[in-house]
Amino acid sequence: MHPAPSVIIFTVLSGIGFAMLALLGIGQPEVNGFEAIPYYFVGITLAVIGLLASVFHLKNPKNAIKAFSQFRSSWLSREGVFAVISLVQSTFVLAIKVVFGFHPLLSGGVSLIICSFTIFTTAMIYTQLKTVPRWNQWLTPFVFFLSSYTGAAIILGQVLLGFLLLLMLTVVQIAYWIIGDRAFSKRGHTIETATGLGRLGKAREFEPPHTGQNYLLNEMVYVVGRKHSIKLRTIGMLFLVGLPLPILWFFNVSFAMVVSVFCLHLVGLFICRWLFFAEAEHVVGLYYDKR
Amino acid sequence: MAQPDLDTSPAVSDDVKKTTCYMCACRCGINVHLKDGKVSYIEGNRDHPINKGVLCAKGSAGIMQHYSPARLNAPMKRVGPRGTSQFEEISWDEAFDIAKSWLAPIRKTDPRKLAFFTGRDQSQSLTSWWAQQFGTPNYAAHGGFCSVNMAAAGIYTMGGAFWEFGSPDWERTKLFMIFGVAEDHDSNPIKTGLSRLKERGAKIVGVNPVRTGYNAIADEWVPITPGTDGLFILALVHELLKGGQIDVDYLLRYTNAGFLVNDNPKSKDHGLFLRGKSGKPQIIDRRSGKPVDFDAQGVTADPTKTQRIKGVEYKSVLQLLASKYLSKDYAPETVADQCGLTVEQIKRIAAELAKTAFEEEITIHQKWTDWKGIKHDKMIGRPVSFHAMRGISAHSNGFQTCRALHILQILLGSVEVPGGFRFKPPYPKPYDIHPKPHATSAAETALAGPHLGFPHGPEDLMIDGDTARRIDKAFTWENPLSAHGLMHMVISNAHAGDPYKIDTLFMYMANMSWNSSMNSRGVMDMLTDQNENGDYVIPHIIYSDAYSSEMVAYADLILPDTTYLERHDCVSLLDRPICEPEAMADSIRWPVVEPDRDVRGFQSALIQLGTHLELPGFLNEDGSAKYEDYADYIVNHERRPGVGPLTGFRGKDGSKTGRGEPNPDQLQAYIDNGGFFLDHIPKSAQFYKPWNQEYQNWAVERGIFDKPAPYLFNLYLEPLQKFRLAAEGKYDPQPPEQYRDRIKMAFDPLPIWYEPFEQTLVDQDTYPLHAITQRPAAMYHSWGSQNAWLRQIHGRNPLYVSGDICDQHGLNDGDWATLTSHHGEITVPVVRMNALNPKTVWTWNAIGKRKGAWALDENAPEATKGFLLNHLIHELLPPKGDGLRWSNSDPITGQAAWYDLRVRIAKAEDQTQSQPEFGPINEPAE
Amino acid sequence: MTSLPNSTDKKLGLVIDLDICVGCHACVVNCKEWNTSGYGAELSDQDPYGDAPMGTFLNRVHTYEVQPDVGPAQIVHFPKSCLHCEDAPCVTVCPTGASYKRAEDGIVLVNEDDCMGCGLCAWACPYGAREMDLAAGVMKKCTLCVDRIYNENIPEEDREPACVKTCPANARHFGDFADPDSAVSKMTAERDGMELMPEQGTKPVNRYLPPREKQNEVDILAPFLKPVANSPKGFLGWLDKTLDRI
Repeated sequence: MHPAPSVIIFTVLSGIGFAMLALLGIGQPEVNGFEAIPYYFVGITLAVIGLLASVFHLKNPKNAIKAFSQFRSSWLSREGVFAVISLVQSTFVLAIKVVFGFHPLLSGGVSLIICSFTIFTTAMIYTQLKTVPRWNQWLTPFVFFLSSYTGAAIILGQVLLGFLLLLMLTVVQIAYWIIGDRAFSKRGHTIETATGLGRLGKAREFEPPHTGQNYLLNEMVYVVGRKHSIKLRTIGMLFLVGLPLPILWFFNVSFAMVVSVFCLHLVGLFICRWLFFAEAEHVVGLYYDKR
Repeated sequence: MAQPDLDTSPAVSDDVKKTTCYMCACRCGINVHLKDGKVSYIEGNRDHPINKGVLCAKGSAGIMQHYSPARLNAPMKRVGPRGTSQFEEISWDEAFDIAKSWLAPIRKTDPRKLAFFTGRDQSQSLTSWWAQQFGTPNYAAHGGFCSVNMAAAGIYTMGGAFWEFGSPDWERTKLFMIFGVAEDHDSNPIKTGLSRLKERGAKIVGVNPVRTGYNAIADEWVPITPGTDGLFILALVHELLKGGQIDVDYLLRYTNAGFLVNDNPKSKDHGLFLRGKSGKPQIIDRRSGKPVDFDAQGVTADPTKTQRIKGVEYKSVLQLLASKYLSKDYAPETVADQCGLTVEQIKRIAAELAKTAFEEEITIHQKWTDWKGIKHDKMIGRPVSFHAMRGISAHSNGFQTCRALHILQILLGSVEVPGGFRFKPPYPKPYDIHPKPHATSAAETALAGPHLGFPHGPEDLMIDGDTARRIDKAFTWENPLSAHGLMHMVISNAHAGDPYKIDTLFMYMANMSWNSSMNSRGVMDMLTDQNENGDYVIPHIIYSDAYSSEMVAYADLILPDTTYLERHDCVSLLDRPICEPEAMADSIRWPVVEPDRDVRGFQSALIQLGTHLELPGFLNEDGSAKYEDYADYIVNHERRPGVGPLTGFRGKDGSKTGRGEPNPDQLQAYIDNGGFFLDHIPKSAQFYKPWNQEYQNWAVERGIFDKPAPYLFNLYLEPLQKFRLAAEGKYDPQPPEQYRDRIKMAFDPLPIWYEPFEQTLVDQDTYPLHAITQRPAAMYHSWGSQNAWLRQIHGRNPLYVSGDICDQHGLNDGDWATLTSHHGEITVPVVRMNALNPKTVWTWNAIGKRKGAWALDENAPEATKGFLLNHLIHELLPPKGDGLRWSNSDPITGQAAWYDLRVRIAKAEDQTQSQPEFGPINEPAE
Repeated sequence: MTSLPNSTDKKLGLVIDLDICVGCHACVVNCKEWNTSGYGAELSDQDPYGDAPMGTFLNRVHTYEVQPDVGPAQIVHFPKSCLHCEDAPCVTVCPTGASYKRAEDGIVLVNEDDCMGCGLCAWACPYGAREMDLAAGVMKKCTLCVDRIYNENIPEEDREPACVKTCPANARHFGDFADPDSAVSKMTAERDGMELMPEQGTKPVNRYLPPREKQNEVDILAPFLKPVANSPKGFLGWLDKTLDRI
């Protein structure tokens, strides 16, 4: 799949943003009064930047408002709806904190649930697609959860939580790659099943239907990045967890340390999310004899 | 939420106009939809006899051809050096003045100095007549480099050819064989026909080195090695003769199988027919055992007998034929390897042909009367049929190969019978009622007859002593039966001044500086070459085209043509009509929209130029223009009294068909009738047309010919033997010494196979591979690449290389390779293909474009990745060591031998640009 | 409208006969031509005369080479457009309700007034049947010529999709798969009409008729002609006997 910057920014930043709002909702850390504003500001800002980035993915954004209508059946619509609910509800929690100076346990708990569900809906946009076997598996939501919460924990200075999440993310991310690498062939999709020509013999593309590019090839048959996937995975893991882990372990908590670990982690996350798209093979590539 | 409310009955368009497609040679009927006065949608016309509502990719993409930015805008004159595309727009008046200033002096002194050649011209009856009136012998269309072998072999052998002049009996045939590249002429009818065959469970056999297109859907593929089709066909003939599987009754009734032939090699008349007092060929009458005129009432030939007269033995054609093809030389065991086939496949196909023809015979209970007046109560059919076109034709052995195929059809009794191959009016028409060629020119005099025709023997050649009368040397010893001329030799001969220099080269729709020439670079050089005085060796070039083709850059004067939707045209019975085996038909084009540029239909411009030049036939007695434009000509021109370009709605009131005085409202009558006219042949006249009295009478009534012309098929082609006798010194005139051996070898009156010339002159280990082109169904010649939609489908053309060769050379898809011939080399991208003859490489033709042409970006894939094989092909054969350079053509017809090309391949470094690369020509366009 | 109808009255769709498709692209171009001035936004082209032309097409013809176990490789032309799936994943993923499947005939359509151009439906389609129009910014797909098949301004015999009408080889057939007696249902039954990628569970309506078996050239049991003559002389003897029978 084409690793469009808009969707990478969307999933990474809105994920971290909503995870921050969720963690703040359960008092990790507990910040009240005016002190809560900068924390919430960062969380809401990240979520909103992510959501705005996603609008850039739209070719006809004037109809974006209609995306709230189909929440009963569409994960993308649900994502939109819950993103708004999460933002509104978290703002409500923030208001209580600022106005009343205490942490509303119940409302905060609700934040955790709906923000987590928002992250889940984002993950489900991809997980639901049978056409992309690498995504269409139970680990995909975990990757989204863990990567969102890990980043959120780091930037919120929750060192222990961050440390634990980093360890879990390492395991899940590696497992995701191992399982993902086999997902396509495990489904049994081949050029022969795509075309039904398996009954005649072994098929290959002889001539493409068009000698130039088209939307499908640009969007779904992205083969450029996969050549460097091992190198990129290594670099991605180095930034995602390899550097953050020892820093978290060995250094004292400080604003500078938190920000630098978060930045390193974010670089790793962008690389891994780029790979999430670039490595994902859509079955339509079979018709072009390209995966 | 409810479903949206959808308007399922929107208005399609404001208006529908019915005209004729011109996106290839097929000429389908089209409904052109207009919205706000602009073309909005084109679909097939359901009532039209050719396409019955369907339309191919090219036809549908016609809308983008109409809107192409490569359309020319106005007449232009060259203002910079030739080939640099520096032009200035001028008025039509100035354009005619310039043309007249070149042409009028030529006509006054030596009309030969005009060479007028038209390319993809569908108005040859006008263009040839114009050239005749001008008085130049130098006229032809592009048939000489297309498929003249197919046309000439068909007409000489059976009075009609494949092309679109006949068709398999799609509704009845049970076994159909299609040979070689045959995608464009009759393209939609063939696709529809193949589909009918599949529906009826008939078998389709594809004979082609490449298994694409029709071969892909064929039930059996014969992966023949290029140039060996004739050998394969004669091996089938061998098997059929050996198995006694020929239609003897048919052969004796309808062919010259029984004619007696002088079999004494020492005789002066060796190989000629025994003729009686009447001058007619003789057969031995079965009852009397005596030689009699072949067409005497009540006689049947006995082909088994021989006749001795004055020490000369005469044998029947059938005897000669049998002894020739029963020879081991034609046994499947002998030829299979050379053809790239297995013995079993050849034998099995022969058996299937025989089984289908004779065991699955069809009978139609339809009374008919033959040419001798004998009444028959049924029509017997042999349901095997064949089609071929350029694939087997474009070889130096093509004429004999095409003839071999017709002999095979005839031996099976499957021509003009139910289930077999059927002619479409104006065919069948034997070669000897076609005109002979004319080429004697004199100042200010029209030519005595048509340029192109069918010689009967050496006496009909267009030579003075040993010198050619025509600039292309058609109808000379080099290519005596060049019935379509040799457009591919015009520029090189004109440049060499051989046989003489010319002054003006006038061409229409012929992309000679690119894909329509062998040795394209050489042609570009010849067109721009200057003599010691700094004058161009070819002094003037007039060119007409609707689009910025590569040739535009080389013209001095451009006459811009319209698109096909802006013009009048007639698809005429005088030319290449759209008839059906069961109906006579013709059609028109008419301006469904008016041009928005200062352009004129070429035919109108040509008529107006003829008027300016005061050519005979173009002026009334009072000196006024006889025809205002092409539309006027179509309606009012009479070639013979009552016979004009269109056959329908003739007579003052439009009530006459075929013959009748001009009808001033004829074009409107065509328009009202959907753009075409159709007249059915009576049921009793639909088969056996060459021998069917009712058909012959019907054809005379319709003006197709002036008296009945029944004839027999020529298994044995006597005119060829006359050329051979001339080469042996027994017939006058005689060829110069250097031609004698070749004529003796090639002019066999019974089809033979010989090795294509190029491969006999190059080392086959150095050039082990064959290189050919195929036509993509969605792209017609060079026309397609300017088309916004078609070029997305075929924007570049890889070299397809057989799996064997790929493995041998380590070639993978996307690699580049250098292909080298005796003449040149090209470096191009390759793609593997396993469904390919193992000794063959190929590509799609005419997709490669020159940078800057056709209003395409200089970096268009057509110009960077696309390529032509033309750069590897020379118009002359490699030197033989005899001090002469022979043309790369069929020795009988002069057909350009495109498919004789031999090459070698080598892996090359990855490239970003196919080679050779030519500098951009920034051509004018809208 | 993102929910699929529980069932549709008709199941309109196409049968595509791979045995006769000659790969001429007629359907591709006529489809483009009809639809560019038909339903919804026109089908745009980007850089049509430039170095990288591309554009929106609703139907495309692939070409495959198939190597059987025995015999030479074969070429198969393979037209592909929307299969109007019964369980159309492109519909249910749509966040705006623009994608829908018509309850009356099962045609899958995009209501362009609602489409925001997110492209998720194209991602959800396994067949590559949806192409975003880059000029209009809305998703385009085969409408089964919904503006032809019921169009009272078109002669009745022409009320079929443009690709079906134009196909010179009659490789495309239009009809109702819900009716077991329809021509398309019968063809599918008789010739084992295939679903594409059945493992995706989309239940496509369109079916593909597989190429018929080819003549296998290694058939060693083939009947050959029995010789009646091995020499010209023997042939004359045969001819003589044959003449007596005429």
